[in-house]
Amino acid sequence: MAYAIEAEGLVKHYGQTKALDGVDLVVPQGRLLGVLGPNGAGKTTAVRILATLLRPDAGRAAVGGYDIASESHQVRSLIGLTGQYAAVDEMLTGAENLVMIGRLLGLSRSASKQRANELLARFNLADAGARATKTYSGGMRRRLDLAASLIGRPQVLFLDEPTTGLDPRSRTELWEVVRGLMADGVTVLLTTQYLEEADQLADDIIVFDHGKVIASGTSDQLKSTTGAQVLEVRPLQEGHLDLVVQVVGDMVETAPETSGGKVTAAVHDPAVVPAIVRRLDELGVIASELTLRKSSLDEVFLALTGHRAEDEIATEKEEAFA
Amino acid sequence: MTTMTTTAPPVAKRVSPGATISQTMTLAWRSLVQIKHNPWELLDLSIQPIMFLLLFTYVFGGAISGSTGDYLQFALPGLLVQNALFYTLSTAIGLNTDITKGVFDRLRSLPIARTAPLSGRIIADTFKQVWAFLLLVGFGMILGFRVTTSVAGLVGALALLVVVALAMSWMSVVIGLKASSPEKVQMIAFSTMMPLTFTSSALVPSSTFPSWLQTWSDINPVTHLADAIRGLLIGGDVAQPALISLLWSAGFVLVFAPLAIRVFRRT
Repeated sequence: MAYAIEAEGLVKHYGQTKALDGVDLVVPQGRLLGVLGPNGAGKTTAVRILATLLRPDAGRAAVGGYDIASESHQVRSLIGLTGQYAAVDEMLTGAENLVMIGRLLGLSRSASKQRANELLARFNLADAGARATKTYSGGMRRRLDLAASLIGRPQVLFLDEPTTGLDPRSRTELWEVVRGLMADGVTVLLTTQYLEEADQLADDIIVFDHGKVIASGTSDQLKSTTGAQVLEVRPLQEGHLDLVVQVVGDMVETAPETSGGKVTAAVHDPAVVPAIVRRLDELGVIASELTLRKSSLDEVFLALTGHRAEDEIATEKEEAFA
Repeated sequence: MTTMTTTAPPVAKRVSPGATISQTMTLAWRSLVQIKHNPWELLDLSIQPIMFLLLFTYVFGGAISGSTGDYLQFALPGLLVQNALFYTLSTAIGLNTDITKGVFDRLRSLPIARTAPLSGRIIADTFKQVWAFLLLVGFGMILGFRVTTSVAGLVGALALLVVVALAMSWMSVVIGLKASSPEKVQMIAFSTMMPLTFTSSALVPSSTFPSWLQTWSDINPVTHLADAIRGLLIGGDVAQPALISLLWSAGFVLVFAPLAIRVFRRT
């Protein structure tokens, strides 16, 4: 199978901190690899190395078969990059930003304009094309940024946390765009802190923590690696919550959690479920909701790293505002 | 769109010289086209020197030179120098803004000449230098300033300022790449350029300085540059101060060009 992106043993230090500590990854042509991990896990460093913006201290990587160190110019002709912040010139209009990139890529003046208009229309920015981008909303900037990275019709696209800080609606809009690109056969490497995003978009997922790949596989494979399914029981009467905790707790090894009127517990043996149901029935507890499902990526992340991804994001945000 | 991957064009190994020039010009265009949307930027660039010109002429002029007219004739060349030196740091500010906003990364991820983002910006800034020079001379003439040498002197003064500014842009590149924010660059600019121009012969005759300050002023490169521009515009010795200014510029390039290239390669 042809790999659009291959990396082996990538290492990058910043002083004492190891941003990347020996990362291997491959992305087959036309697939979307989700790189999942909390802030500071090394995701952006990996993207910057693969996009030829940063030299690794050790290891090698190739994009489209070209070595990122010795054939960086060829790599740059194949890739598109959309960073964490929208990298557009705020003083220029949306159209001018795109025309500039077109001209830099060697398109004629008229071809640049045509391509710019095409992409503005595709990203719902046609009406705003003549306005300076500093007047754009966050979602519009991200869309323009993504449009800018598509001018050269890249075969490999790097999306570094493309939806961080976007409202839910802009996020789902961007997901649609990414799905459209996938349909066109573009290979995508997408980093995200949002487990849901990886779940929604990625063919394959790797999980980063402290500069290392700690797990990889499809979303389903990852969900089953913890070896557990999740049982959720919501009693009809909230007063029965403690009773449910007790019953479930007696049957499973790990302590159940309670939140939002619901008891959640990891289950390793599905056979305990009928037993729990019988016991609840004997006690006269009626469940308004009783489900056995695969663990979510959130729970997988917790099991793999010992900490929740979203918690970490929340604390970091608080620190940023403090 | 669906045939995209199968009809991939052959990938070039490097950028041709012609493409390098066209990319540089595109990026210069990018820095200049902003003026179309934000004409105030040109005014920003001009309002400070005009304010300095008015303040110095009408507030200090009489006290320093006995009459505002005499002072204007003396000080305008110095103000041209001060303004040109200040403006070299706008290259640093622009570059630093691109880096902090991520535009620099985008440009570096494109298959374009590595140097185009730098040279494009420097070319645009040189255009702005010329604009500021012409504006300040023009405004000075409305107030009564006269070029008493020749048109060649005027052109020579502009050329000398552009050469010095280009030499200093190497330092600007280093500051722009290294500073943590555009505000820091502004602070560096203010806290170095202000004392340098004020302790030179740019705005006042240095003969009234205490002797230790005169010693410094004689070394200060701004003094030599101001003397050369003054000579070119209103007469006086040109050859020696111009030569010293060019030597300083060469020194600047020798120190900062390798440093700038090293920092640039590392980012």
